[in-house]
Amino acid sequence: MWTWFFQLASPPHFYRMAASLVPWLLWPALLLILVGAWGGLVLAPADYQQGEGYRIIYVHVPSSYLSMMVYVTMAVAAGIGLIWRIKLAHAVAASCAPVGATFTAAALITGMLWGKPMWGTYWQWEPRLTSELILLFLYFGYMSLRSAFNDLNQSDRASAVLALAGVVNVPIIHFSVLWWAGLHQGPSISKIDAPSIAFAMLWPLLVMILGFTLFFLGILAMRVRGEVLEREFHSRWAQDVLRGVSRVEAA
Amino acid sequence: MVLVGLFVAGVAAAVGLALRAFQENLLYFYTPTQAIAGEAPDGKKIRLGGMVQEGSVRREPGDLELRFDVSDNEKTMTVAYSGVLPDLFKEGQGVIAMGHLGADGVFQAEEVLAKHDENYMPPEVAATMATDGQGTPAAPPRSDAALN
Repeated sequence: MWTWFFQLASPPHFYRMAASLVPWLLWPALLLILVGAWGGLVLAPADYQQGEGYRIIYVHVPSSYLSMMVYVTMAVAAGIGLIWRIKLAHAVAASCAPVGATFTAAALITGMLWGKPMWGTYWQWEPRLTSELILLFLYFGYMSLRSAFNDLNQSDRASAVLALAGVVNVPIIHFSVLWWAGLHQGPSISKIDAPSIAFAMLWPLLVMILGFTLFFLGILAMRVRGEVLEREFHSRWAQDVLRGVSRVEAA
Repeated sequence: MVLVGLFVAGVAAAVGLALRAFQENLLYFYTPTQAIAGEAPDGKKIRLGGMVQEGSVRREPGDLELRFDVSDNEKTMTVAYSGVLPDLFKEGQGVIAMGHLGADGVFQAEEVLAKHDENYMPPEVAATMATDGQGTPAAPPRSDAALN
């Protein structure tokens, strides 16, 4: 079991394995997103209050969900890298940040577009919106801290500490609608009661969330490949890969 | 390593300050009960949140000003507003009004936002629920959902 673990953490092995993983993640992701979009935009009925306008939920909720899940992934990877000094884990954490920041921006923008017609405002400094904006700044802070060092080890360690400290914001975002009186409504799916969203509207949303998740994993696998190649630039295997010698692929 | 230490200290300070600020501004809106009890700061702009009472929306003929009553199921406060209302503003719905409390006890709103609940369903289902009185009420929505 441990050999398997160490093999996984070995950059050349990961580089090869991730390549074969990517199509298995991205093609199903595309299929699920198409099915979810069809289900959400065409098959699902209009809402009793918001009419057709609620359909932005099919982008807003998956983006928001991933903005938090990517952060947790990043923090866990950074923590593993910090504790066990696994370089691949730092590479994973570093690769998460821009993707997570993009999902966060997507969640904020779709939320603003949704808020204007329904609530009557693009933006309010209320708990959910504010904590999600802090998440965006955490991603930005993480990325700029990484680029502030010349030494890769220092950059890995410092940014890992920031990623771990920032993880407290994730439960704050999730529970903000329950802990404080704000403008954003409470959770429709992730609660103990039955979901307060009709099944015909719910299934495309779940399909979209799964599709977005696989999309993230596929993009992450691609990004980590690039990251390890850059980190191991001077090593034998990376040079072989870059020269097109398929030693790694054959090994 | 000194730099890292400094940075972590900086982050800790920033988080501490943010939490402190959050403690002071935890209240995004006041309920009518709190506003009537004088818990809201005097002369400052505040937000008032609650449910628009059924049958309370009224407009004087020839006047742009709209008046409605906002309730938290305990106390009620009249809100005066002239401006554009969001699509989801209606009686029995949650609402958040920003403005100041007048001397006459009427809340003068400059901005009115609609707060909807977390229920999503087709109109037919909502209609059935309203007539059956079963399950999650469609209209009016649960007051706790709208106030949270």
